[in-house]
Amino acid sequence: MDIPIKVKYEEDLDPHFLSEIKSLSMAENIEGCIQCGTCSSSCPMAVYMDYPPRKIIAMVKNGLKEEALRSFTIWLCPSCYACQVRCPAQIKITDVMYALKRKAIESKVYPSRFAIPVLDREMSRLIAKHGRNSELWLILRLYLKSRHFTDMMKMAPLGIKLMKTGRMSLRMESIKNKKQLKTLLSALQEEA
Amino acid sequence: MSGYTYFPGCSLKGNSKSYEESILPVFREIGLPLEELDDWNCCGATAYFSVDDTMAAAICGRNLSLAEKTGKDIVAPCAGCFLTLKKSNAFLTSRQPKSEKILKALKTAGCEYQGTVKVKHPLEILVKEVGRDAIKAKIRRPLAGLKVACYYGCQLVRPYTDFDDPDYPTTLDGLMEVAGATAVDYAAKTRCCGGSLTGTIEDVGLRLNYILLKEAKRKGADCVVTICPLCQFNLEITQDKMVKRFGDDVRLPVLYFSQLLGLALGLERADLGFARSIVSLKPLWEKLGNGGPR
Repeated sequence: MDIPIKVKYEEDLDPHFLSEIKSLSMAENIEGCIQCGTCSSSCPMAVYMDYPPRKIIAMVKNGLKEEALRSFTIWLCPSCYACQVRCPAQIKITDVMYALKRKAIESKVYPSRFAIPVLDREMSRLIAKHGRNSELWLILRLYLKSRHFTDMMKMAPLGIKLMKTGRMSLRMESIKNKKQLKTLLSALQEEA
Repeated sequence: MSGYTYFPGCSLKGNSKSYEESILPVFREIGLPLEELDDWNCCGATAYFSVDDTMAAAICGRNLSLAEKTGKDIVAPCAGCFLTLKKSNAFLTSRQPKSEKILKALKTAGCEYQGTVKVKHPLEILVKEVGRDAIKAKIRRPLAGLKVACYYGCQLVRPYTDFDDPDYPTTLDGLMEVAGATAVDYAAKTRCCGGSLTGTIEDVGLRLNYILLKEAKRKGADCVVTICPLCQFNLEITQDKMVKRFGDDVRLPVLYFSQLLGLALGLERADLGFARSIVSLKPLWEKLGNGGPR
């Protein structure tokens, strides 16, 4: 069997990663993690993850930036906070996952047509522009930017059922005072 | 001043219209009218916080500022809106450099926020403020014989646990018992439905929701009762696919707690959004006897 030799040296670690994620997540006590694994055993998603939450926290603590940002764990986290409320060290683990998502998006280290970040991005764009989310338009954008057209056609029967029961409409929702929203978001952009 | 400012969010105006259609009459019946927040914007849910937390907190700040002008606290029936607004509220009033910056931008945009609004969930108001006895006195048609699996999901009870337990909450069970139903011991009551995963990595979403329905069936529940639009949506729309995928008929009606409470309060079935169910409600009506309350 051809198994590549993988050795990791101290130079490969990012000494600033911990402080960066601490500041982004406002989880000041990441270093308090004792690697007990309560987070991993509480996580309903752990079985589907490439690294369970406990390992992600260890990676953050030790500067394994690439591994943490490229993991699928951060995207599979649906923010159910089961780990966070049970953590004996009271680390805001869900907020750490959020910080890693933002860092990964900023550094563009996720598969470009991967549906989860695409959904996050498209929903944020819709809201920033119109002040409201429109479920149908969000789903259309998600499918166009993450999948094939044929996948969308498979969704048609469900779409019809939702339309028939009045649960989905073609309308593009919007707030009245879009100007205020624009002023707010650009005031923050100028600050940054 | 009685009553609350109602924050619907995108779901209650979209796929979970039946939640709005039942929560408004229930609160009217209880004597706490809900008035919709004028020109509310979306909360941003988990999506905006995954992209830009500053902007995400700022758009929530706009809603909080609009609500502050009404002089009433916010009631948010969607668990996602509830948590997002509550979390942003805590952050915006935390007096950190980052939050002060957002407050300044809000002021620039003409939505100054002083931090006086509280964000509440309708379940919290019903059990903590109205109280079981007051609700019991208004029950006209008890849901006798109906076995329900009370599903709380995640974001109502976590990470803020002001009114119930984060792992094994019981307030909804208690409320359903007041309405005359029997709450089964539902071990999966706070296990996550996966949120938007049903739309992004469908096979994971299906597995998570299958576990939830399977457990409800195993405990002999006639329906699942939810408090969150995304939970309701996921548990309902995945059922046909689940039957195919796992060869196991776990089909069950999935309803909002306000729909069942409305029935028990004597409201008309036709006025509580039941017609929007995709799954057949026939077993439910049979169980309630004589086609159930009309």
